[in-house]
This record gives sequence, structure tokens and C-alpha cells, in this order.
Amino acid sequence: MSKTITIDGTNIPFTEGQTIMDAALAAKVYIPHLCHNPEFKPHGSCKLCTVNINGRAVSACTMPASEGTVVENKTEELNNERRAIVQMLFVEGNHLCPTCEKSGNCQLQAVAYCLDMMTPHYNHFYPPREVDASHPDVFLDRNRCILCELCVRASRDVDGKNVFGLSGRGIGSRLVVNSTSGRLGDSTFAFTDKAAQVCPTGAILIKRQGFSVPIGSRIYDHKPICQVEIEGKGGEHE
Amino acid sequence: MTFELETADHPENLKRVVIEPVTRVEGHGKVTLLLDEDNRIHQARFHIVEFRGFEKFIQGRPYTEVPVLVQRLCGICPVSHHLAASKAMDMIIGATLTPSADKLRRLMHFGQILQSHALHFFYLASPDLLFGFDSDPATRNIVGVAAAYPEIARQGVALRKYGQEVIRLTAGKRIHGTGAIPGGVNKNLSVAERDFLLKDIEQIIAWSQGAVDLIRKVYCERPEFHNGFGYFRSSFMSLVRPDGALDFYHGGLRARDEHGQDIFDHLDYSNYWDYVHEEVKPWSYMKFPFIRSRGREEGWYRVGPLARVNNCDFIPTPLAEAERRVFTEFDGGSATQATLAFHWTRMIEMLHCAEGIQELLHDDDLLGDDLISKGERALRGVGVIEAPRGTLIHHYRINEDEQIVRANLIVSTTHNNQAMNEAVRQVALQYLDGNSLTEGLLNHIEVAIRAFDPCLSCATHAVGKMPLEVELIDAEGKEIDRMVRNASGACGV
Repeated sequence: MSKTITIDGTNIPFTEGQTIMDAALAAKVYIPHLCHNPEFKPHGSCKLCTVNINGRAVSACTMPASEGTVVENKTEELNNERRAIVQMLFVEGNHLCPTCEKSGNCQLQAVAYCLDMMTPHYNHFYPPREVDASHPDVFLDRNRCILCELCVRASRDVDGKNVFGLSGRGIGSRLVVNSTSGRLGDSTFAFTDKAAQVCPTGAILIKRQGFSVPIGSRIYDHKPICQVEIEGKGGEHE
Repeated sequence: MTFELETADHPENLKRVVIEPVTRVEGHGKVTLLLDEDNRIHQARFHIVEFRGFEKFIQGRPYTEVPVLVQRLCGICPVSHHLAASKAMDMIIGATLTPSADKLRRLMHFGQILQSHALHFFYLASPDLLFGFDSDPATRNIVGVAAAYPEIARQGVALRKYGQEVIRLTAGKRIHGTGAIPGGVNKNLSVAERDFLLKDIEQIIAWSQGAVDLIRKVYCERPEFHNGFGYFRSSFMSLVRPDGALDFYHGGLRARDEHGQDIFDHLDYSNYWDYVHEEVKPWSYMKFPFIRSRGREEGWYRVGPLARVNNCDFIPTPLAEAERRVFTEFDGGSATQATLAFHWTRMIEMLHCAEGIQELLHDDDLLGDDLISKGERALRGVGVIEAPRGTLIHHYRINEDEQIVRANLIVSTTHNNQAMNEAVRQVALQYLDGNSLTEGLLNHIEVAIRAFDPCLSCATHAVGKMPLEVELIDAEGKEIDRMVRNASGACGV
């Protein structure tokens, strides 16, 4: 007999070693997330997947599932907090969706829609962020970086290159490049690297491909991210 | 240099009214008039206090982003900016468009001009033309048109909607789509999409013909008044096809002087700066372009529908060409320099758009899959297109990292800057009595400006109620009259 947890009253089976997020995704239950990608080791940094277990707030992507755990996920209170987190991500960076080529394929934008974010709510910081166009095939736009470290993990764990890392603390945290000049063009990075494919926003873009996918064929044009994540991506562009 | 009535000789004897410029949101303009003790006009200026900053803040962005970014300049004619930038980027990547890409972009642009011209004529201009410039302002608006002429209003809405549908199916959205990309387009038309547009095109052509008939009838009922309103002569500039035909999407630059003589013809626009310079004046954020060979004093010109219809040798669709002939031959050609003839020629162009859309929809290249091309990279690109309001120039430089390092945008309204000022001065001289300002006078000035369909009147969707301020200052510096029309359309003193 399989072990189960309950999420919002529904029994969800799990196997030993799975996290709450793993079990939820396997059972086609969506828990909002940005820094989590099933292909990589959980990180637990964006806090968007925060759920309640026995009155405690925990990250679903790092919390191991255990028999009989009762999880609250889709509550108004949690979604309000998640929306506030996304709003803070928007104002801490420079996310100009109307002119971003990732629009329609962007997980940050899609999660914002999913959480009914209508305005940024907070004052924009408009931080000065560096743009690194030195690489022949890739454009690194730190204006759009949400510090999820997916590129860090991909470069380290899959590509074996350690091209990316985070430097600084708190609001001063920033994505840095492991090269003598600090520029992407002087690193070992290649556009075929896994790290070039995992950015949930438009911070890492392949050059000369902008807007090649027409409106209507993008991942989130027809389905919200909560549906795409559990049914698979329906767009032409993944 | 300054033009007559641009700057008073002794402004110290006249009160100078300074209104602080605000960060430009399209739709803001003001007119200032300075009078002497006899209430004669010494200065008349049409101020546009716009400052958008696009040329600066796109620096550092990847060139692929620019066609989508710069179209945010305007909510009415974004496709024109989208395509002008795309043409510049074609040059940067060395692309020669495939037939499918070229025709899909042309279709998109026909849709753009159709909807923009319909918007301007029916929503913004028709209340003046149908009710009279001095008519009751309470009904001199699109709501009044809908009440008095419901069928005309309905056709205007439907024409605009059709143009927006053309844009949606070629660019992905009705406003601010992404259809054109460097080297081509990102989608073709499906058979269903083509058939959807074909279904109504005959009606669209008929309504467009009806609009031409309407403006011709209105214009010709009072030819002296319409010819003489804000009248002045000027040069004209526009793109023309190699065979001299009207072409909104591509061609060489042609400029003709006020007598119809060529200043230049079939110029390669990629070196436009050899022929067109811009002058900066301290009282406006908008530059004053002029044709270099004619100098600053003689080199200003008009662009837009009147310029295009005057400049072209023919329009390559039959109904519009027939109307062009009627226009150019009307009363011995007397309308070809008239400010209000912009409306007439605008509707002729709308008819051409409808015919052009029909022609393209029967071309199977729209269904083709060969949509992208590229060639040898360059670091500089210039794209020129005929936007609804006139010639639109986009000029970019990129660095080796493919980032924009410099941009120069000369938009249609900028070309018409001096001409709009001239129209304001002429109307002020013709109709200002010097003692009191009436709402009718205010509207006369606005009618002259509106004939050019400048961005400031259209992009705010102000329905002919663009913010406008007119002040009368006597020789003692005393304000003797003042009228303000705010963004809501309300007038006050």
C-alpha cells in the first residue's frame, strides 16, 4: 500500500525520497514555483512554493513528503503572500514585459498572471543592472534576473563548467560570470549549454532569435502556467 | 532662423507667456499668440512639448528587440514604427525579403493605414466637416456624428475594426504585435485567416469609396472656403515606387517644390541625412527638418496624404487612381496645396488600402512558408516607410556585440512641424479678430492642426479634444483673453 499525503484535502501518493513538490507534480497538482525545476536539485530560495503543514510555513520543493502529512496549498492567505513575493520580484528588477522577447514564454510573467497580479503594488526600484552582450551567441540581461540560480545549477551540475554564480548579499546580490574579465564572452559558456536553456525569465537569451515565435504559439498564450505545468507545454517553443 | 510671426521683434513690449514643458505624453499641445496694442499678431507658435527619450533608452538593447520596443511610440500607428525599425534591421542583417515576407508586411501596413485613416476621418475630423467649425461643441464630436449620421459613424467604426483585424492576423495582436522580425516575419496567413479577411473586403472597399465621395462632396460644396482655410504653399516629400507609383512600404524619396518641380527624386533613403537636416529651436522639443539643398528658410515641407497623392505619378489601384485624378484636376489643381485637402487625400489613400488588401489577399504568397532571410551583417541600418501621417525615418547603429549604440527617429509629425506652425499662423491671421476669443476660433486653430493628423491628437484617443491653450496678451503685457481646452474636452477661460 502506497504512502500518501493530503494537499488541500486530496490524497496524493508519494514514494520515499520525494518532496512535497515532487509528489504534487506527479499527481498533477500545481504549487506555484520559480526556482524549482525537476531536472535540478531543489533550491528553496524563491519561497513561492511555500505551503502550510500543521501551521508551519515550509518550502514544498525541499520538504520531504512523509506519511499522513496534511498540506495546505491553494489558500487565499498563501496566494496573497505568493503574489506579494512576485510583486517584489517585479519591482526589484527591471521587467518590461511589453518589449521582452520572453513575454508569453516567461515563467515569472505566467506566475504573475496565475496569481492574479494586476499591478506591481510596490514602488519600482529601477535598479541599475549590467547588460552583458559580449558573448557571440548569448545576451545576458541582468535586468531580468530573479536570482533563482537555475543557470548556476545547470552550469555546475550538467555542463560541468561553473560559469555562473551569485555574489553579494541581500539586495546587493547579483549574478556573476566565472571568467577573468567577468564577461560572458570570455567564459567557456556556449549557447548549447543546459544553462542557456533554463532561465525562467528573459535574463539569458539566445541572440538573433528574438520574437521568432509568433503570438499565439508561445507557451502560455492559451493555457495558464498552472495548467501547462501539469499537462505539459503546448506551445511550439519550449 | 525664424519665420514670419514665429518670433516677435520686440517681445519686451509684449508679455511673454512661458508654460513649463512637461514630459511628453502624446496628445499635449499648446498655441501661444502675442499681440501688440492694436491687437495685431506678432507671434504665433504651435508648441509641442513632447519628450519621449526612445532614441536614448534603446541604447544597449539587442537589435532584435527594437522593432517591438519602438512601436510603443504610438498606440495608433505602431505598425509603422514596427515596420520602419524592421526594415532598418533587415539592412543590419543584410536581408532581402522573401516575396511572402514582403507581402505579409505590406498587408500589415495596409491594415495599419486603413484603420488609422478611418480613425482620424470618422472619429476626429468628421464632426468639424459635417457640423461646421463653429457648431455647438456639445455635439461636435463622434457621439454627435453617431446621433446625426448613424450610418456614417457605423461605417467608420467598422472600417477601423477591419484594419485592426488585418493587423491582428499578421502581427498577432491588434496593437503592439510582433509580426515583423529582422529579415522577415514570424508568421504567414492560414487559409482560414485569409478567407476571414476576404469575406468582408468588398464591403470595406465600398465603404471606403463612400468616404471619398463624402469628403469630396463636402469639400466641393464650398471650394473657396476649403481651399483658402489656412492656405499656404510648400514643398512635399514622400516615398515613391521606382515607376513613380504611390507606395506606402518602400521606395525612393521624392521631394517637389511648391510649383511641382523636382527637388530630388528616387533617392536612396539609406543616405537621407545628405538631403534632410534638422533644426533645433529653443521653444519646442520637436525639431524642424528641412531639405538641405533649399536651406532652412525655404527647405521645409509637408509629408502625409496630401504630399503622397501630389507627389506620386499614379496610384496602382483603379478606384483610388480615379479619385486621385479627380482631386488633382479639381478646379484647375487648386486643392493641391490646401490644408484641408489632407482630409480628401487621406480618404483616397484609405480606398487604396482597401483595394491593396483585396489584391494581396488573392496572392498565394501570403500563405507561403519562406518567411525569413539573412545576409551579410552591417553595423548601420536605415528604414523608411510611409506611415499614415507621412514619411517615417528610423536610423540605427549597432556595435559588434549587436547592441544599439545610436538611434535617430524622424517621425511624420516632426516633418510637418513647420507646416503646422504655418497653418496656425495663417488661421490666426484669417480668423482672429483681436478682441475676443471664441470657442469657434479655438476650434478653427485646432481644425488646421488636426488636418495634419499629428500624433498629439490621435495617440491619446482624445476624440478631437486635445489639450489646447490659447492666450491673448496685449501690449501692456496684460492677458486680455485666455481659453483652455483640457484633456477631457471641456473648455474654460
